[in-house]
This record gives sequence, structure tokens and C-alpha cells, in this order.
Amino acid sequence: MISIRKFCILLVFSALSLTGLAQHGHENHPQEQAGEAAHPGGQTQDHPAAAATAEHPEGEHSPCGHSLSAEHEFNAGENAIHHIADANAIHLLGNAYFHLPCILYAPSQGWTFTKTSAFDAHHHGNGTKSHEGYVLVHANIMRLQNPALHSGELPVEDYMEAEEEGADGKPRTVFYALINGQCEPLDAKSTLDGGIMGGGITSFYDFSITRNVFTMLLTVILLFLVFRAAAKASVAREGQAPKGLQNFIEPFVTFIRDEVAKPNIGPKYEKYMPFLLSVFFFILGLNLIGQIPFFPGSANVTGNLSITLTLAVLTFLITNLTANRHYWAHTLWMPGVPAVLKIIIITPIEVLGLILKPFTLMLRLFANITAGHMVILSFVSLIFIFGDAGQSLNGSIAGIAASVPLTLFMMTLELLVAFLQAFIFTMLSAVYFGAAVEEPHHH
Amino acid sequence: MLFLGDFSVIKPEPGLIFWTTTIFLLFWFLMSRFAFKPITESLKKREMDIQGALDQAKKAREEMSNLQAENEKLLAQAREERAQILKEAKEAKDEIIAEAKERAHAEYKRKVESALQDIENQKMAALVDLKNKAGQMAIDIAEKILHKELANKPEQEAFAKSLADNIKLN
Repeated sequence: MISIRKFCILLVFSALSLTGLAQHGHENHPQEQAGEAAHPGGQTQDHPAAAATAEHPEGEHSPCGHSLSAEHEFNAGENAIHHIADANAIHLLGNAYFHLPCILYAPSQGWTFTKTSAFDAHHHGNGTKSHEGYVLVHANIMRLQNPALHSGELPVEDYMEAEEEGADGKPRTVFYALINGQCEPLDAKSTLDGGIMGGGITSFYDFSITRNVFTMLLTVILLFLVFRAAAKASVAREGQAPKGLQNFIEPFVTFIRDEVAKPNIGPKYEKYMPFLLSVFFFILGLNLIGQIPFFPGSANVTGNLSITLTLAVLTFLITNLTANRHYWAHTLWMPGVPAVLKIIIITPIEVLGLILKPFTLMLRLFANITAGHMVILSFVSLIFIFGDAGQSLNGSIAGIAASVPLTLFMMTLELLVAFLQAFIFTMLSAVYFGAAVEEPHHH
Repeated sequence: MLFLGDFSVIKPEPGLIFWTTTIFLLFWFLMSRFAFKPITESLKKREMDIQGALDQAKKAREEMSNLQAENEKLLAQAREERAQILKEAKEAKDEIIAEAKERAHAEYKRKVESALQDIENQKMAALVDLKNKAGQMAIDIAEKILHKELANKPEQEAFAKSLADNIKLN
């Protein structure tokens, strides 16, 4: 029974990952074409950054890259990546935004507290003002590199992006703000990938309540209210049959207890129950809220590596902090294996396994949710691709005819994945906890 | 052209990690304290209650079946006793009837015997009476006859008496 379940899960996971990858690979082609189309002719500039971008043909309206506010051809890949990304402000409709608090820290400047409304965003989430050196580009906060601009509010005319070669020789996208006709280079927020994924530590850190943080808070509050109501009902209706919301919540709790915790952890399951339940409902809640295609849903929270990383690290910490002697003995010095073999193979593999287990937890959840969102976004993009971004009505109709059933199918599948991934994360956490507290077998 | 760097969801961000950790830890704490604890406790309690009720029902059922078996045993015993009593009663009845019959028969026999005796006695008395009467009549007749022949009364009587003794009936 369990093996069939595992097989099905594996099948769904690999299918999703494949569709996600296929989609990603497919996206690159039109983008390249679009990129080239947007760079029809060169134009010399006087900014120092021009030297770096000299090999790239520049956009028509801007001196240091192609303009972000200029209308360009619809690009499904860019669109999908933009929509699954975190953002500092939530786009509602047209030029309306749900503004969120910004908590920014630059070592050279200290803390800055503001709201995204300070940037006066109007189009594509691009702000028209800078605030103490910060600007809003595609609803993401960036920082002007020029220290002379790090105070007060300055009008920003436009934003540009250009492809440059980084210090490591890898190409990357850099952004500029056009202030007083000058191209001012921008820094993205610091990330902890050490430059492996094109990020790295920059001049500032963003601790803002972003779209993802906002969604997390909303989900947590909703879940707490629902569970509090169910808990109150449980206490108040003691000795009576469960009813209503309580009757909806309790089967989930008993499911986690009887199907996940008890069989995998064994007699010591009770102390892990709060974590397993929390992680299950946290992931499930975020997955489901992320499926709602409009505000306050649609945020791709569990499809963001930072979030899955945090959860996986917690599983890692709990596993290793509650592990018993037996577990450590088996990890570090496997009994019944020759010492040479232990030192050369077994112990390194086991130690690697300690890290790999939570690593797979992190990747699995992230990849499934991100892939699902990207496939849905790609299917929705069909309408715009077929309709030539609103130029062809007949094409749009054909696009809708193709898009609606495909999107519907994907959304249904995603609903399943939402439950499945929450279950898998919880299940595997329980398996790791179970291994950590397993008592030695007496044969 | 898209680069890996544009795919921001795979870059671990300190801000997001900080908030996720804070929110999740808070969620974990609040939920385990105010939601999961009462829910799991009430679930456990309810399960125990249900188990208890089921056990009790099972026990009651067992007791009931025990009781029923006992009842049946008692009933069977009672039935047997009834049959025994009936049998005894029948025997007693038969005995009484037989005794009564016997007694009645004896009485009847005794009554018949006494009646026969009576009849015999009566018959004897009647015979004696008849003999006396016949003797008297014979005497009277003889007297009348003899009266004519025997004028002397004592002589006459002696003669009659000798005559009566000669005609004694057997």
C-alpha cells in the first residue's frame, strides 16, 4: 500500500518537474528573439556604465539599456518568472497596488522604514520617485549605487535593463534608473546564494513585509482563527459528537497522527506532533492560498526556496537535536562494518545524507509548486501569444479555447499537488524523526 | 535573454528567511499551545471515552449472555422440577385412587357380608318366627283337634310338644 502511494507520488513529482523543465527550456527561445528585436540600433552614451554594455545594442528610448516602461513584445517566460517572484507591493488591477511596509537596511546608511506607496508606482510596478536612495523596479525594491542620491526623494524618469558580464564572467541582467537624464546603476537586494545563482551580498538587505511575508501572515492568522474555533469547540463540546468546523479539522489531525506520526516515529510520536501538524497546515494553507489567482492569493510562497529552506532547516535541526545514541552510532560509526570501509565510504555518505535529506525536502516542495505555477502561467500566456498581445481577436479566441481547458486541468492537478506536497513534507519529516529516535533492535 | 539571476525564487533571501522563521516559529508555538493541544487532548479523551463505552458495552453483553445462560439453566431446572412434581403427583393420585378403590372394595365386601349376615339372621329369625307361628298354628289346629279329643288341658299340651319336637326343621 505504502509503496504504491510512494510510486504515485514519485510519478506525479517527476511528471511535474518534467513539464516545468520543458516549459522553462521552451521559454528561452522567444525571449532571445524578443531581446534582439528590442535592440534595433546602437546609440553611444556618456555614462561610465556604457563601456560595459557597449557590446549590446541599446534600446531606442534609453541611453543605457532598453526601457522597462516601453511596451515590448509579450514574453511568456518573463511573464511567468515575474509572477512567481516575490514582490514588495501587490499588484491589484491596472495601476492599483496593495502597498506594503518596507524595512530596508544598508550597512552604509542604516535602517530605512517606509511603504511602497512612497515610490509612487504606476506602471508595471515601476516607481516614479526614489526614497532615500531606494527605488521600486517591477514592484521590487532596488538601491541606487550613487551615494549622492541616497537622501530625500528624487523623480525617476525611467528604468532600464541591460545585459552585462559580471565579475565572474557570467552574463547577468543589470538595472539602471534614469534620473535627471543620467543612467544610475542599481543594486538588487542581498541574497545568500554566494553568487552561484546570480545573486550575492550587495549594498543593502531587504527585510520588508513582501507579498510572500504578507501572504504568510494572512495564512497563519486564518489558520489560527480556524483552529482556535475548532479547539474551542473541542473543549466546549466535550463528551458530545463533533460538529461543523471541528468535524472538518479533526480528521486532518487524526490523519497526521495515525497515518504519519505513529507509524513512522513510533511510541515517541507525541512530542513531534505539534511540529508535524504546524508544518502540514502551514504548507497546505500556503499552497491553497497560492492557488487563488487574485488578491489576496496568488503569491508563490511555498515555491520560493527561502521558505522551503527555512522549513527544511527546522526539520534538520529537530532531527539532529532529538536524535539518540543509536542514531549517531549508525551515522558516524556503523557497527559491523570494517573500520577502513567506515572511514572511506560509510561515514562520509551518512554525514552527507544528514544534509541531503532536508535538502531534498527543500527542493521537492519548491520545485513542485514553482513548476505548477509556471505551467499554469504558461497556459494562461497562450491567450496573449495566440492573440499577439491583443492585436488579433481571433487569435485570442483560439488562445482562450486552448488555454481554459489546459489551465483548468493544471489547476485541478495543482489542488492535488497542494495536498500531496504538504503531506510528503510532513511524512518525510516524520520518517527522519523516526530514524533519529529509533531504538536499537534486539535480535 | 533570461539568466539564472532573474529567477529570483531560487535565491535564498535573508529577509524572507528571517520572516519565515519568525512567522513559522510563532505559528508553531501558538498553534501547539492554543489549537493542537486542546484538539489532540479532546481527541484522545474522546477516543478513550468511546473505547471505554465499547468495552463497557461488550462487558454488558457478556454479562447479559451469562445471565441468559443462567436463566435458561434455571428454566430447564424448573421445567425438570415441574415434570418431577407432576410425575409424583400422578403417582400419588394413582396411589390414592388405588387405595380408595381397594378400601371401597373392602367396604363393599364388608357391607355385602354384613348384609348377607343380616339377611341370614333375618331369615333365621323369620324362620324361627315362622316355626313358632307354624307351631302355634299347629298347636292351635292340634288344640282344636285335640280339644275335641283331649279334654284335659296338660295332657294335651305334653302331647303337642312331643309332636312339635318331632317336626323340627332342618
